[in-house]
Amino acid sequence: MEYLHFGSTGWGDELFFATLMTIAVSITAMVIGFLFALIFTPLKLSNFFFLRLLANSYTTFVRGIPELLIIYLFFFGGSASLMFVAKLFGYNGYIEINAFMTGAFAIGIISGAYSTEVLRGAIQSLDKGQFEACKALGLKKPIYFFKIILPQVLRLAIPNLNNIWQITLKDTSLISVTGLVEIMRQSYIAAGSTRDPLFFYSIAACLYLILTFLSLKFFNKIEKKYREGFKWI
Amino acid sequence: MDLELMLNSLPKLLFATLITLKLLASSLTAGLVLALVFSIMRISKNNFLFYFSYIFSNIFRGTPLLVQIFIIYYGFGQIEYLRSTIFWVIFKEPFGCAMFALSLNTAAYTSEILRSAFETVKVGYVEAGQSLGLSKKKIFYKIRLPLAIHQSLSAYGNEIILLMKGTALASTVTLMDITGVARNIISTSFKPIEVFIVAGSIYLCLTFLIQYLIKIAENKFKINV
Repeated sequence: MEYLHFGSTGWGDELFFATLMTIAVSITAMVIGFLFALIFTPLKLSNFFFLRLLANSYTTFVRGIPELLIIYLFFFGGSASLMFVAKLFGYNGYIEINAFMTGAFAIGIISGAYSTEVLRGAIQSLDKGQFEACKALGLKKPIYFFKIILPQVLRLAIPNLNNIWQITLKDTSLISVTGLVEIMRQSYIAAGSTRDPLFFYSIAACLYLILTFLSLKFFNKIEKKYREGFKWI
Repeated sequence: MDLELMLNSLPKLLFATLITLKLLASSLTAGLVLALVFSIMRISKNNFLFYFSYIFSNIFRGTPLLVQIFIIYYGFGQIEYLRSTIFWVIFKEPFGCAMFALSLNTAAYTSEILRSAFETVKVGYVEAGQSLGLSKKKIFYKIRLPLAIHQSLSAYGNEIILLMKGTALASTVTLMDITGVARNIISTSFKPIEVFIVAGSIYLCLTFLIQYLIKIAENKFKINV
């Protein structure tokens, strides 16, 4: 137990900050993913074949390829392509990109593919009358999407978005391969220096369990709030 | 684009596909058997069995697969007692550790799929079996199990794909599967995009293959109810 002391004698404070880092990366990735979903869901439901193909290939590719491989692509490929661009402008040095942003972006793209599918499913399960009513009222497209469709879609999508949040939270453990000090990386460092991997990885497992449990409680609350007007259903 | 590198890395990656498939097949089989046991425990009336299975499934679904693999690969070696038992044969190899972790992980998810499938079997069918005087065992094997399998096939297909993607994590414990070989080639050639295209296509092919097989199985298990 002395391993967990705060301060310079133990790993307590390091693990605490690593947990905060995990939370920060997960939230950033989830937000990026949701933005991706907001872009790709309309494309998926669009009438143009090309746009539909674009959105479909995004979700199919990302959901069919292992997360770790995608992270490797961003981690190794990200700085390589940046250096390539920099070379065009006459800069020949080595560029290292921020591990936090690369990781959050890679995980965000993955969670975005799943969110797109969830939002698509929710929009398709909406009553057709809602869309027709918007058209009958002559609402402009952005207004009717953000004011009428999105609030209803969110109510339907929240249970599934909860699942995606859990997947995203657990996927952030993979960013540890890029060297970002989150729970997994910190446990790896601590396990290496104390030669007690069993203890530190078990602590990591407990931290993840606490995070998933707390976020489950949180999502249940939101779900209740969004269902407020629909208790009779 | 370095086409030569792509062509050169293809045979290496295809060879690594064998390891991925071996890992997938073995953990899928072990996971399915375990999942069946755990899902039966979940629908049993015995409190101990119920809570054991409940806690098992929540722990494994609430933590990342990477942590589970690391605990088993790095952590289990610390337990002196384990080293002296026969199980050490499994845990001394990275393949055995990865397979053990993947089996338990997929067992947790699959047991949830099967449990909800068992719960959707209508009470009327079970009662019909009882009124025909079938024994409890027969009702389970002839009525509840086939209906549950039919109900859970498409969700199970998704789980197989998730497990296939999970096998990539075995590369973190030095197993040379597709992702492991791909990382090696990337770190020697510094051409991540080309290697990613080849390795990603292999994974995509596997995904499509699994989807196709599940569709065939769904047609085969079609039950007219």
